[in-house]
Amino acid sequence: MSKKPARLWPVFKVPTMVGVLTAAGLFAALLGDGAWDALSWVGLGIPAVLALRGLFARAGAGR
Amino acid sequence: MKTHILRRWSFIHTWTSLICTLFLLLLALTGLPLVFHHQIDHLLGNEPAFAQLPANTPHLDLQQLVQAAERHRPDEVVQYFGWDEDAPEGVFAITAATAGTDPNDSHTFMLDARTGQALEMPSANGGFMMVMLRLHVDMYAGLPGKLLLAFMGLLFILAIVSGVVLYAPFMRRLEFGAVRQGKSRRVRWLDLHNLIGIVTLTWALVVGVTGVVSACADLLIAAWRNDSLSALVAPYRDAPPLTERAPATRLLDIAQAAAPGMQADFIAFPGTRFSSEHHYAVFMKGATQLTSHLLTPVLIDARTLQVTAVAERPWYMDVMGMSQPLHFGDYGGVPMQVLWALLDVLTIIVLVSGLYLWWVRRRSHAPAIGRAQV
Repeated sequence: MSKKPARLWPVFKVPTMVGVLTAAGLFAALLGDGAWDALSWVGLGIPAVLALRGLFARAGAGR
Repeated sequence: MKTHILRRWSFIHTWTSLICTLFLLLLALTGLPLVFHHQIDHLLGNEPAFAQLPANTPHLDLQQLVQAAERHRPDEVVQYFGWDEDAPEGVFAITAATAGTDPNDSHTFMLDARTGQALEMPSANGGFMMVMLRLHVDMYAGLPGKLLLAFMGLLFILAIVSGVVLYAPFMRRLEFGAVRQGKSRRVRWLDLHNLIGIVTLTWALVVGVTGVVSACADLLIAAWRNDSLSALVAPYRDAPPLTERAPATRLLDIAQAAAPGMQADFIAFPGTRFSSEHHYAVFMKGATQLTSHLLTPVLIDARTLQVTAVAERPWYMDVMGMSQPLHFGDYGGVPMQVLWALLDVLTIIVLVSGLYLWWVRRRSHAPAIGRAQV
C-alpha cells in the first residue's frame, strides 16, 4: 500500500498539473476581464495544445 | 492494481460510456454552434438593430415599457423584463398568454428603452439556433428530456472518473503524451484516447457537472419556490387574487433602495414561476464580475409597492447561477469561446475513439469465444 503513491505519481504528475492549470483558468475569468481572461486562455490552451500535439504528431514521427 | 479490480473498473468505464455516448455526441454537436450563438445571431441578422439616437436620450419608465410590450403583443401579458450589458439601450421582454405559461410557449423580443419600439429577435423564438438549443436542453421532451440528459451527464461523469482510474495501468510503462505510431491503428487511437481524455479531464468534468446542474434547474427552482418563496409569501396565502396592480414605474428604484449596491438583472411579474401571485420580484445581481452571477430577489407587493422581503439566496440557487457561465464558456471573450469549441471537438474525438476501441476489442474477442466453443 505504501508503495502505491510512488508508482502513481509519475503517471499522474503531468495530468495533475494540467488539471490544476485548467481549473485555475476556468476560475480566473470569473473574477474579472482583461488579464483575468488572458489567464483563462492560458489555462484552457494548455490541454488543447497537448491534445492537438498528440493528434498531429504522426506527420513528424512517421518519417 | 489487482486484475479483478481492474476488470471491474473497465466494466464500469465501458458501460457508462456506451450508454451515454450517443447522448453526449448529441450534446457536443449541438453545443458547438451554441458556444457561438452571439456571433451566429449577429451574422444571421437576428440581433435587434437599435435606432441611432443621441447617447443621452432618456429612457421611458417601466410602466410605459409594459404598455409598449402589451401594445406589441395585445393578447398577452408580460412575464419578464430583463437587462443585458451588451444592449444598454434595450430591455428584453418575455410575454405569454398567461403569467404562468410555460417558457417554451412564451415570446421573447427586445424593447428600445428610449422609444418603446418593439424589435423582434427571431432566433429567440424559433429557427436553427432554437432547434439546437431545444435538442441540447430537453430534446423536445420537456422535463423528462432534461432529467434523462441529466442522468446521461451523471454517467458521463462516472465514465470520466473510471477513465482516470484506468489511465494508471495503461500508462505505467509509457511517458506522458506518448502516442505510439508504429504499432497499429488501435494502439495509436488507444494512446490518443488516453492522452486527450486525461488532458481535457478538468474541462469535461466542469462542463459535465454544470450541465447536470442546469438540467436540474426546473427542480431547483421548484425547491426554491417551496422552501424560500412560500415562507416569504405565507401572509398572502388567503389574500384575494390580484385584480389591479400598481404600475411598474418605480420598481427599479424600490429594489435598488432595498438592495443597495446591486443591479437589476430581471423582473418577474406577478404569477410567473419566479414570483408569487401577489408580487413583482426584482432579481438583483452583485456588482462584481463574480457576484454578477448570483441573484437576490426583492419581493415587492404588487398592490401597495411595499417591499415584502429581500429574499435570502439558498445555496443551490447560487450553484445554479455559477453553473451557467462555467457551462456556456461565455465569460472570457472570443478566445475562450474558440478554446471551448476546440475542447468540445476534442471531447467528440474521445467519445468516438472510445466507441472505436470498444468495437475493435469486441470483434477481436468474438473469434476467441468461437474457438473456445469448438
